[in-house]
Amino acid sequence: MFTAGRIKYHLCQLTEKSVGNNGTPLHFLMPALPYSTTFNRRRSFPVPPANHSVTVRRPFPLSHGTTTLGFIFQGGVIAAADTRASAGGLVACPAVHKITPIHSHLVVTSSGSGADCMLWERILAREIRLYQLRHRRRLSIRGAAKLLSFMLHPFKGTEVCVALTLCGWDKELIYVCSDGARLQGDVFSVGSGSPYAYGVLDRELRWTLSKDEAVSLAREAVFRATHRDAYSGNNVDLFLITAKGWNCKHYSLGLA
Amino acid sequence: MEYLIGIQGPDFVLVAADNVAASSIIQMKHDYDKMFKLSEKILMLCVGEAGDTVQFAEYIQKNVQLYKMRNGYELSPAAAANFTRKNLAEYLRSRTPYHVNLLLAGYDDTDGPGLYYMDYLSSLAKAPFAAHGYGAFLTLSILDRHYRPDLTREEAVDLLKKCIEELNKRFILNLPSFTVRLIDKEGIHDLEKLTSGAK
Repeated sequence: MFTAGRIKYHLCQLTEKSVGNNGTPLHFLMPALPYSTTFNRRRSFPVPPANHSVTVRRPFPLSHGTTTLGFIFQGGVIAAADTRASAGGLVACPAVHKITPIHSHLVVTSSGSGADCMLWERILAREIRLYQLRHRRRLSIRGAAKLLSFMLHPFKGTEVCVALTLCGWDKELIYVCSDGARLQGDVFSVGSGSPYAYGVLDRELRWTLSKDEAVSLAREAVFRATHRDAYSGNNVDLFLITAKGWNCKHYSLGLA
Repeated sequence: MEYLIGIQGPDFVLVAADNVAASSIIQMKHDYDKMFKLSEKILMLCVGEAGDTVQFAEYIQKNVQLYKMRNGYELSPAAAANFTRKNLAEYLRSRTPYHVNLLLAGYDDTDGPGLYYMDYLSSLAKAPFAAHGYGAFLTLSILDRHYRPDLTREEAVDLLKKCIEELNKRFILNLPSFTVRLIDKEGIHDLEKLTSGAK
């Protein structure tokens, strides 16, 4: 250890002391700043409250209705969703973005409670970026899904309601939900409108679809779901993820 | 909804599990593998609540591997089963119990094949044949009637097929395909997936 000015640095020696107390190599730790211990000891992600005896009643029912879908085909991965946020019988917002890019090659579709999804997407984005900075490589989709699943696990049994589908450039589609399920597959549809979307998708989905056919199939599936499901509607957001990154299109309802 | 079955022979254990991953009324996956390989000759089949299955099974899987790394030899199936039971029992009376039903099947080089039945209350029983799920109500009597301790491998697979036929005939839910694996002194072998045939 040497002091430079008023700041002490820990030299990293590749001996048994090269690992800090939670497994991070010492040279990643911040320089020890005065008054920094309280800041560093704060947990970086939310922790469920230890005592559940006091619960606050919400003034309105949470938003839960949605139709999102994702599927893989030869030209990449398609992610599509409606844009309605409902709170009980009210349309709380007709123009919500349910598909969020996490980085240039990973896109997340969200369903469940809108606020929870927004928060957990930001947490996931932050943790992926931290991993990239610490390990100098991008986390794989499976790794991101496992990370998210383990971060959500302490909240199992609480009212957190999050069902995300991670759609990645390496043609992987993984569904993660706050119940703890983590499934990899070729096609997923999530939300109150998902049975209707499956009905359309299962009939016409093939690996050999062209890009335009895949886009119009995804649009059709969301459209049919919004027609039948009261809690889905307004517009269709569509993302196409290829090896070059993601590409976004917004459509109004009504077929091409 | 989910179905697990295990049949022990004189020098092998045959296990099968359905391939459906469901979320309320929707089948989200048709080719989901519910078997977790704990070691070269031990398989754990795990069903139950959505996240609990994978979390608990992977926890046991990694701990069994850690034992091998630390001590240089693998846990026997009996030891692995008792280790699993102890963990499940400890979590049972905590704030976060795991709701999982398991079958643990393994081959021990000294003791031979073993099949262990464990439920979510962490009761453990070594049994010659066992099943989990609603399908067990329909198939246990078939196993009672036709099981013999000296079954050959082909006879065991036929017995398994009889059970699956009964499920396809009388069980209200559609379980289209089953993963089948066999454990013997050579290790774990994948057998042909059994499908219901009706498309």
